[in-house]
Amino acid sequence: MDLSYTITPIDGVFVLALSLLLGFEVIKNIPAVLHTPLMSGSNAISGIILFGGIVQLLNTPMENGWTIAAASLAVVLGCINLAGGFFVTHRMLSMFSVKRKPAKGRNA
Amino acid sequence: MMMNFVYLFATVGLIQGLKFMGDPARAKVGNMLAAASVVLALVAVVVATGWAGSTNLILLIVLLAVGTLIGRTWSNRVAMTAMPQLVSIFNALGGACAVVLGLNEVYGTGTVVESKLLGSVLILTNLFGGAAFTGSMVAYLKLDGRKLPRPAQIHKVLARTLLVVLLVGLVYYIAMPVDPSIYPALLLGISVAALAYGVFLTLPIGGADMPVLISLLNALTGVATLMAGLLFHDPVMIIGGILVGATGILLTLQMCSAMNRSLAGVLAGKIVSGKSTASEADQDIRSISAVETASLLAFSKQVAVVPGYGMAVSQAQRECFALQEMLKESGVDLHFIIHPVAGRMPGHMNVLLAEANIPYESVLEMSEVNNTMEHYDTVLVIGANDVVNPAAENDADSPIYGMPIIRAYKAKQVIVMKRSMAKGYSGVVNTLFDRQNCKVLFGDAKESLSAIITELKRI
Repeated sequence: MDLSYTITPIDGVFVLALSLLLGFEVIKNIPAVLHTPLMSGSNAISGIILFGGIVQLLNTPMENGWTIAAASLAVVLGCINLAGGFFVTHRMLSMFSVKRKPAKGRNA
Repeated sequence: MMMNFVYLFATVGLIQGLKFMGDPARAKVGNMLAAASVVLALVAVVVATGWAGSTNLILLIVLLAVGTLIGRTWSNRVAMTAMPQLVSIFNALGGACAVVLGLNEVYGTGTVVESKLLGSVLILTNLFGGAAFTGSMVAYLKLDGRKLPRPAQIHKVLARTLLVVLLVGLVYYIAMPVDPSIYPALLLGISVAALAYGVFLTLPIGGADMPVLISLLNALTGVATLMAGLLFHDPVMIIGGILVGATGILLTLQMCSAMNRSLAGVLAGKIVSGKSTASEADQDIRSISAVETASLLAFSKQVAVVPGYGMAVSQAQRECFALQEMLKESGVDLHFIIHPVAGRMPGHMNVLLAEANIPYESVLEMSEVNNTMEHYDTVLVIGANDVVNPAAENDADSPIYGMPIIRAYKAKQVIVMKRSMAKGYSGVVNTLFDRQNCKVLFGDAKESLSAIITELKRI
């Protein structure tokens, strides 16, 4: 098993502190028109919690039925959140862009 | 080593994607970039984890396909007016995932928790995930208009008690020697308390405070993801969780400041009625008919619409577009002015107007026009109330005093479309109706707008 990408708890705390600063920096000053897409988009990203379910599912022998079942549930729940979130954000943003073009055309 | 690079790409892609999502021109690319990064990271996780047997891998692929299919179907099927509900459901699923994961880690995979750090992280995963799960479910039911117990003092008391229980449980675990054998029971207890906390946190909050609540619940799931990332030593989960948490917290604070209220104040529930002396009976309401409104609009040069939750309820956004098109033909400019907390979720009104094809350029934010409101000949207020109530500016006794409002009262003529004389969410009398330049058009917003459009066609 190659776990070379894993990090120690202390690394985690470093990543935590730095990306907290980064997080606020990345998303400040968002125009109101994008509030909903931003929220549903970030909502989708939180679906990556399903990675935990993936690790559990792949590491558990199939004989442990209940553990597999619980991990499977976690994967499906997280996956709906993840995929659904990205799809609906895409749908919303498409709406914004579709009507922006004719609007510009009319002004010209 | 390979995987480290894949992970680096995914992380950078995620951050850049979210950054693009804050820019109208690149938001769509940003969303796709974020999605692609997540898929890349997912493949990396699978490869790096390896699998106990090929059945595990096949099962995983099937589950991912099922989840994606369900997510896609839901996101395609739902109407834009129901967007707050959908976002809440998705958020609830993320929270539920955290709870299942945490419990499975201890009860299922049999991890013996000996390190306090690991134990605390696991507790926090379930604490945040649990509260986000039930909180979002209750928010969903509220948004969907289901019957729920009325907000009561007991909910607030229970919420506070549960919060204390959760904190005591966490501090006890960190400070006291806890035998690893009782850890699972402790985790289960905290999970149950967190699930109950989510319910009682959300129950007393409603109406105009919904945007704050939804952003806050979003932030909670982000923090749960962050905690799970620490648990599974996964940098993409950590960074993703933080980005989501930061977005949620920023939006929450922005929504609070748009209402001039503190987060604690919003969480404490509905505004307590102030000692404002104005009452309904003192109000002399001047009503107006749809026909009169139409001719008023036809003779205006600049018209503004202030939409609120009532427009979403009545689904009147397409009629708004039709009205805008109608007026444009006769050389009348129509703008939409949006209050930051209008609707039930941040940016709710913008999404509805975009769905109805209303050009982006004609949708303005409150701060852009508030100092020049007197340029508008007519302002139509559709299903909004508190956000145009002048009492927020001039009645120090009013419970909403200090909340920034759209100064519709400064326009030459204001017409408020209302179903009935019911007060706004805050239960405050709207002193706008006392103004000489304000008239009320009673009836369903959609029907009133249709009547106005029909009349305009005749003129």
